[in-house]
Amino acid sequence: MNAKSKLLAAVAALAMAGVAGAEPLKVGMITTLSGGGASLGIDTRDGFMLAVKQAGNPDLEVVIEDDQRKPDVAVQLADKMIQSDKVDVLTGIVWSNLAMAVVPAATAQGKFYLSTNAAPSQLAGKGCNPNYFSVSYQNDNLHEAAGAYAAKAGITRAFIMAPNYPAGQDSLAGFKRFYEGEVVGEVYTQLGQTDYAGEIAQIRASGADGVFIFLPGGMGISFVKQYADSGVGLPLIGPAFSFEQTIIQAMGDAALGVLNGANWSPDLDNAANTAFVEGFAAEYGRLPSVYASYGYDTANLLLSAMAKADVKDADAFRAALRAADFDSVRGDFAFSPSQHPVQDLYVREVVRDGDILTNRIVGTAIEDRSHAYEDACKM
Amino acid sequence: MSVMLLIEQALNGLQYGVMLFLMAAGLTLVFGVMGLINLAHGSLFMVGAFACAAVAGATGSFWLGLAASLAAAAAAGALVELTVIRRLYARDHLDQVLATFALILVFSEGTRWLFGSFPLYLDIPDALAGPVTLPGGIDYPLYRLVLIGIGLAIAGALFWLIGRTRLGIRIRAGEADREMIAALGVDISKLYTIVFALGAALAGLAGALVGALQSVQVGMGEPVLILAFVVIVIGGIGSIKGALVGAILVGLTDTLGRFLLPILFSTFMETSAATSVGAALASMLIYILMAGVLVVRPGGLYGRA
Repeated sequence: MNAKSKLLAAVAALAMAGVAGAEPLKVGMITTLSGGGASLGIDTRDGFMLAVKQAGNPDLEVVIEDDQRKPDVAVQLADKMIQSDKVDVLTGIVWSNLAMAVVPAATAQGKFYLSTNAAPSQLAGKGCNPNYFSVSYQNDNLHEAAGAYAAKAGITRAFIMAPNYPAGQDSLAGFKRFYEGEVVGEVYTQLGQTDYAGEIAQIRASGADGVFIFLPGGMGISFVKQYADSGVGLPLIGPAFSFEQTIIQAMGDAALGVLNGANWSPDLDNAANTAFVEGFAAEYGRLPSVYASYGYDTANLLLSAMAKADVKDADAFRAALRAADFDSVRGDFAFSPSQHPVQDLYVREVVRDGDILTNRIVGTAIEDRSHAYEDACKM
Repeated sequence: MSVMLLIEQALNGLQYGVMLFLMAAGLTLVFGVMGLINLAHGSLFMVGAFACAAVAGATGSFWLGLAASLAAAAAAGALVELTVIRRLYARDHLDQVLATFALILVFSEGTRWLFGSFPLYLDIPDALAGPVTLPGGIDYPLYRLVLIGIGLAIAGALFWLIGRTRLGIRIRAGEADREMIAALGVDISKLYTIVFALGAALAGLAGALVGALQSVQVGMGEPVLILAFVVIVIGGIGSIKGALVGAILVGLTDTLGRFLLPILFSTFMETSAATSVGAALASMLIYILMAGVLVVRPGGLYGRA
């Protein structure tokens, strides 16, 4: 190789690096790291940072801030990240009300938002935006999975229950969308309720043959412990949020056998997932939750888009994101026209594996599901 | 809706009320005797639950955990009284609220620092697990029956303590006129520390007992704290009897309201809307009760005003 061809090769390499997105990208993560919902945000962050670490891409810079689960704090952080940190992409919000406060304003300022969790119907349908991508799901999905599977699991007379707030009402609507049995009782509990003796007595008296609950966080722990102790013993089904890795440990054996609708499970059999679960356990000394899997997928999606396009060229970067050219831990992964995942939904069962409780897939609820608001999205 | 279901719900309401009483008793004592608004009372509830979960997890014995919860909450209470609260008696209520709110943050982040952000596991002891069949054929969890028993026993012990012992006389005297009993040679600051630690121990015990039914997590004390304030306002601030009656009223109103209101609304509304409206109204019911009591008796049921 003579000097001239060496020079040419160097120039070509530089040019390649140029199109291959060697431009730095700054991502701002706003998530809940303190207060009652901190375990969700911590898992989101840890999953995301694991992928960043594994990729070792020096051009990706991540700024992480704690929103304390408060919409006003989240809005302030978003403003600060956009104006003074000059981030290109925002991500990480766990809660739908916080997402509604931040996402429309951020996308209106031309920033990309990649959702690691919250995906309210408003942003999936009418309010869809070319700069908004949900990597996790649409909020109704996991409830739909539970509803679609409940009849198969022998639940033909369901008692259904959720807290009385928008996500709770969406949850029961999502469950009923594909449920083929009869609903014999429908109860809205108080948000943050800790005592469920009253509801359990109603379940016992209702003549139901199964119970669907959407009670995220501490509410679910309280209910499941009290339900197990009451001896009612009817099968229990819910979305994965109520039966996540971090939560079921606190429920103990009371959670065994509970079915839950999910789009990811630690035992999903694909190479990316194996690398993720083992990598996460090695890095943090615990098993990942669905939130960690969404964080991990979001980071890998971002890295895949970075390799294809410069974020300053919004159209090219958007096309690169839309291609979803990364190995998802969920296996097949594609974006629908509204930029929400098209994915298989499963039902998992809580099982004991040695000393710890975890989830195993028992069946597929719906294949290639997008979401119910697709037609309302004009984009 | 059967009579049996109604009785079962009333038992649930009673059990809920009795647990609220353990929280409210300490709060009302501290407020009545020392004139102190202690927002950090919920943190002592959390300390009890975490101490119980940690000790029960390490030793496998719920009962050791229960003892630990009493000790830990009383110790935390005494420590807080000696270091922070003592400086607040002469200040106005706003300073007390600010300082004890700061204590909530210190306790919450301290607990997170020690135990992490994930909820802890604490379960009902095996001996008390599962339901028993009551006369009339109601299957009712044994643990909840035991809670009712423990709560009522503690209420009895408190009445005896306040009404029949020397310490009780001093507490009542301190409530009536703190300068005078100080002048009579009672060590008022020691008395305050004891009362504060006693209130803290009751909150810690409630945290441990309820923790076995609920999720042991940072911030678990604050929702209960709000209800405990409602209870003491209904019962009359400073009155143990008022706290007991108020707590049981709140427990019954809340539980029966959640159960009966949606049924009531569904007689003339579509089911889905009825459950939603009923649940929304049920969550307001105890505050409506509080407002109603205050209209009739501005000082609360057993208050002095």
